[in-house]
Amino acid sequence: MTQPPALDIDTLLRDASVRTIVCCGSGGVGKTTTAAAIAIRAAEQGRTVAVLTIDPAKRLAQALGLEHLDNEPAPVEAIDGSRGGSLDAMMLDMKRTFDELVLRHSAPEKAQQILENPFYQAVSSSFAGTQEYMAMERLGQLHAEQVDGSARWDLIVVDTPPSRSALDFLDAPKRLGSFLDGKFIRLLMSPAKAGGRAYLRVMSVGVTTMTAVMSKVLGGQLLRDAQTFVAALDSMFGGFRERADQTYALLSDAATAFVVVATPERDALREASFFAGRLAEERMPLAGLVVNRVERTRIPSLREGRADAAAEEAEGLPPRKDTEWQPSDTAALLRLHAEHATQAVRQEAAIGRFTAAHPTIPQVLVAAAAEDVNDVEQLRDIGRQLAG
Amino acid sequence: MRFGDTGGVRLHVVTGKGGTGKTTVAAALAMALATEGKRVLVAEVEGRQGISGVFDVPRLSGDDEVQVATGPGGGRVMGLSVDPKAALLEYLQMFYKLGMAGGMLERFGVIDFATTVAPGLRDVLLIGKVYEAVRRRPSRRGTRSDQLYDAVVLDAPPTGRVAQFLGVNHAMAGLAKVGPIKNQADAITALLQSSQTAVHLVTLLEEMPVQETVEAVAELRALSLPLGAIVINQEVTPPVSDETLALLAADDFDDNPLAEDLAAVGLRVGPRMLNGLTQTGIDLTHRLALQDRERETLDGLGLPTYHLPMIPGGMDAGGLLELTAALTEQVATV
Repeated sequence: MTQPPALDIDTLLRDASVRTIVCCGSGGVGKTTTAAAIAIRAAEQGRTVAVLTIDPAKRLAQALGLEHLDNEPAPVEAIDGSRGGSLDAMMLDMKRTFDELVLRHSAPEKAQQILENPFYQAVSSSFAGTQEYMAMERLGQLHAEQVDGSARWDLIVVDTPPSRSALDFLDAPKRLGSFLDGKFIRLLMSPAKAGGRAYLRVMSVGVTTMTAVMSKVLGGQLLRDAQTFVAALDSMFGGFRERADQTYALLSDAATAFVVVATPERDALREASFFAGRLAEERMPLAGLVVNRVERTRIPSLREGRADAAAEEAEGLPPRKDTEWQPSDTAALLRLHAEHATQAVRQEAAIGRFTAAHPTIPQVLVAAAAEDVNDVEQLRDIGRQLAG
Repeated sequence: MRFGDTGGVRLHVVTGKGGTGKTTVAAALAMALATEGKRVLVAEVEGRQGISGVFDVPRLSGDDEVQVATGPGGGRVMGLSVDPKAALLEYLQMFYKLGMAGGMLERFGVIDFATTVAPGLRDVLLIGKVYEAVRRRPSRRGTRSDQLYDAVVLDAPPTGRVAQFLGVNHAMAGLAKVGPIKNQADAITALLQSSQTAVHLVTLLEEMPVQETVEAVAELRALSLPLGAIVINQEVTPPVSDETLALLAADDFDDNPLAEDLAAVGLRVGPRMLNGLTQTGIDLTHRLALQDRERETLDGLGLPTYHLPMIPGGMDAGGLLELTAALTEQVATV
């Protein structure tokens, strides 16, 4: 089997030109933990870091020594700042980020009108793409924050929303942007805007039919709310698509590095593989693959087959009279080891398939821990493993 | 609440944190329900092609309901990947006889808008299709007899999103106060809150999935949605007994007998081998203690609990049958 290059997170962290690290991958693979471990390691190496998490377990906030995380960055005191670094942690509050966006970009009374619009309330709190869009928006804001004329943070580590697929993070903002900026929206607002007069003459029958159908299906009130919402947003942003394109451009910048996170299982690695392919297609910079929860046996030299054979033989040994420990106990331990070894072989094969498809993508493996992360020391340990 | 259709449940909603295997469990449940002569539909709503993956059949497309398996009891399992666009067009066709206007809506991007951006609407459409499948009766005109179901299993969105998804009425309440969408949402909610529905939660004995299960249970209860069972998936039965682990954990554990046995079976015994094996056992003790803690948390929810074994080497047709058998056996003994 070909050996993939090793991902060394320290190389990435030493590169001062890298200002954003995005951790992505499918749900349940440990993205947030990886992001936190990278952020701590960077801060303890002297960088000024912010970590933006999306949906952290309560345990992680506690591990960082914070009661809870919210939309505003809070300093993590538990880290070692002796090399001049610092770490601020925060959690994305989608609705608040959206509200603040509205407040910042529109006159007070108009802002109030938008905030009270039922359609806005629903979009800002429940639309599946809003979270991704707001994560990017927040990332942009964090980068823009300054202290004494220079950027407040020199590295921002972002965790991505728990979407069904890793690709959603890339696609959702564009989708939201293109719909809010699309033909239909313009139609909703004012049919005349959809095209010139000639176009309108041809289409007007269609437009009337359509508006009639829409109001029949959706109900007139919903349609009016949608119209108000869209009109308000449009005057506010002057083009959602443009904005989505900007955030997208930020991600393809050389100052950004993507870290794809997976577990050593077929499905998670398949998703990681799709994502890696997609990043390459979009020319977005992929730093490498982190495989979490990798099983490591304590006796690598004892293969599963040998352990199983030995267990069988041990079961045939005569019972011992003078001690409680019996050959059957020995056999049980050997079988347990064999199970771990089998699992390790399987995981290796799953990772091998990824390697075969992407032989040049650097990889690093993080061992499975007995417990969920409870404190900074455990996160430091993951950080050490990420550095190979 | 029981898994079986004998309890009057016609719609089984299966949710769980990402990575817990909810699609596999939904598939196994559909298989278990497909006893002789029964017809069961298993539907997914996120376009993941998880169902075709588990049953190893070609991709499910549009709104086609196709047979994906024969249940071990001789019944039929049909699969459906609900596509919101197809569902909307069908819905419009059914209730409004749109004809050409449907195509026009598509051309103007209305369909895209309604199924992607309009909040809550997408979910109403997705569950709406499932609702329609549950409510089919032979007496209705145009109903194909091969598309009548004794039970429908919904592979629902993950725990983090499921309350929002099933709470369609709540989501739509602020938006559409009257009108056809509102009526549709009301009808769906009535079915979801009835005794014909049961929401099952799939989890692993790990901290995060259990935590999410607890949160989801609270949210679902707040929405008055009837809860079914907790399914603990990928449960591992270790080859080492508690007695052996207790000997290992004792302060005065003596590894000489272990060394003796290992030598007797021809293994080269060194400190690495001895410490490695004992430590592997101690690791297991820790892991089991953590699992017990999670199990207690789940017990506190007061719901029936089912156990599914870990299928080594990943899911395949044999694995699915094994899970199906495990479910059938446990349900029969309830």
